[in-house]
Amino acid sequence: MNSPERSRSFFRFAAPHNFYPLAGRLAPWFGAAAVVLTLVGLWLAFFVAPTDATQGQVYRVIFIHVPAAWMSMFIYLVMALWSAVGLVMNTRLSFVVSQALAPTGAMFCFVALWTGALWGKPTWGAYWVWDARLTSQLLLLFLYFGFIALTRAIEDPRRADRAGAIIALVGAVNVPIIYFSVKWWNTLHQGASVSLTKAPSMAATMLAGMLVMAFAAWAYTLAVVLWRVRPMILERERHAEWVGGVLEREAQIKGGRA
Amino acid sequence: MLSTFFAVLRRDLLLAWRGRADVLVTLAFFVIVVCLFPFGVGAEPNQLRAIAPGVLWVAALLACLLSLHRLFAQDHADGTLEQLLLSSEPAALWVAAKVLAFWLSTGLPVVAVAPGLALLLDLEQGALPVLVLSLALGTPILGLLGAVGAALTLGLRGGGMLLALLVLPLFVPVLIFGAGAIEAEMSGTGAAAHLLLLGGGLAGALALAPWACAAALRIATD
Repeated sequence: MNSPERSRSFFRFAAPHNFYPLAGRLAPWFGAAAVVLTLVGLWLAFFVAPTDATQGQVYRVIFIHVPAAWMSMFIYLVMALWSAVGLVMNTRLSFVVSQALAPTGAMFCFVALWTGALWGKPTWGAYWVWDARLTSQLLLLFLYFGFIALTRAIEDPRRADRAGAIIALVGAVNVPIIYFSVKWWNTLHQGASVSLTKAPSMAATMLAGMLVMAFAAWAYTLAVVLWRVRPMILERERHAEWVGGVLEREAQIKGGRA
Repeated sequence: MLSTFFAVLRRDLLLAWRGRADVLVTLAFFVIVVCLFPFGVGAEPNQLRAIAPGVLWVAALLACLLSLHRLFAQDHADGTLEQLLLSSEPAALWVAAKVLAFWLSTGLPVVAVAPGLALLLDLEQGALPVLVLSLALGTPILGLLGAVGAALTLGLRGGGMLLALLVLPLFVPVLIFGAGAIEAEMSGTGAAAHLLLLGGGLAGALALAPWACAAALRIATD
């Protein structure tokens, strides 16, 4: 523990005492990238991208809605992946990362649902329809809530890690089943009111704005997760010697600035 | 190996029989929930007939959910669970036996009572066999998925609510295909596709859930 091996391997960052400073160094860069990309993306979205011929100005919500929806699904997959890695390789850091991802995933899920409702009212005439995409997104939000609630309810971190990992994996197996069952249910009950897949071809600037916003969401997620992982590592490793050293050094830096 | 399976099955069924009141409470809950719907939505027969498949399925699902905590709680409290985990027998095997016993003592009575309740809601008599079949195929899936959730929340404060939050989203596909089978039968398109999907889901859950549940039990008793 006290002497971090100087191996060149990428895997040395799997050790919390190596990952902690790395996360601290990387997080501000991703944060800055997120701010810059968001500003560029919003500028493209509101000033460059043309008004949509059929939907008018309302469509501009997709610049937030679509990246949020992508991110919410992707984060769940990453969460399940780290859970699997943690269960198989028995690495503590994997569980920490998967738990740090969950609130951000739930947040993006909620943003996607909320902006979707705001877009749905003027376009479909209703805040909510039981469309397959909407419904499976809602169920994904519940899966996030279940994961967060379970990992927070168990006090022993070892048990919380593993129990959370199992429910994340069970959820990941079920996500496609839920999606297709909801899709089928939906087509049996009512015709889809508006098909998003048959959207008219997008102007290049619209696509560019959406992609920039998607990258902004990536950078934001990385920054927030790295930032969230740091105190979690300190809390879990508080009995290790290196934590004391780190805290003293940080206190000195803070004292020097004041 | 099979002798372990039958020993656990017999033990759990015997325990369920000795505590018959629990089973009856589950059944009573199922009946009362179904009977609440006419008070809520009105006693118009056409409307009741239209919502009957969904009402019966949601009520069966809730009855299953509310009895899930019994699956491992008692064995956890008196140490039987740890002894079972320490034994050399494969954990997935006796987990499967426990889930089967659980289904025989809570799922099967619900399946048996459902046609009687369907008459209260004026469901077409022709759809009754499909109702029974869809419940008979679907409720074991609920038991298998729910067992994973019950194992994960074993011994936690507020475990009941947490269990609901964990497993209800996973129950949605079963609900869709179960209620969908009856509706398809009523609308004349035939329930075969839905029932086959439920059967496939049961096979899949039977193959995967006992392992996940055994892993969850190991974590819970660690």
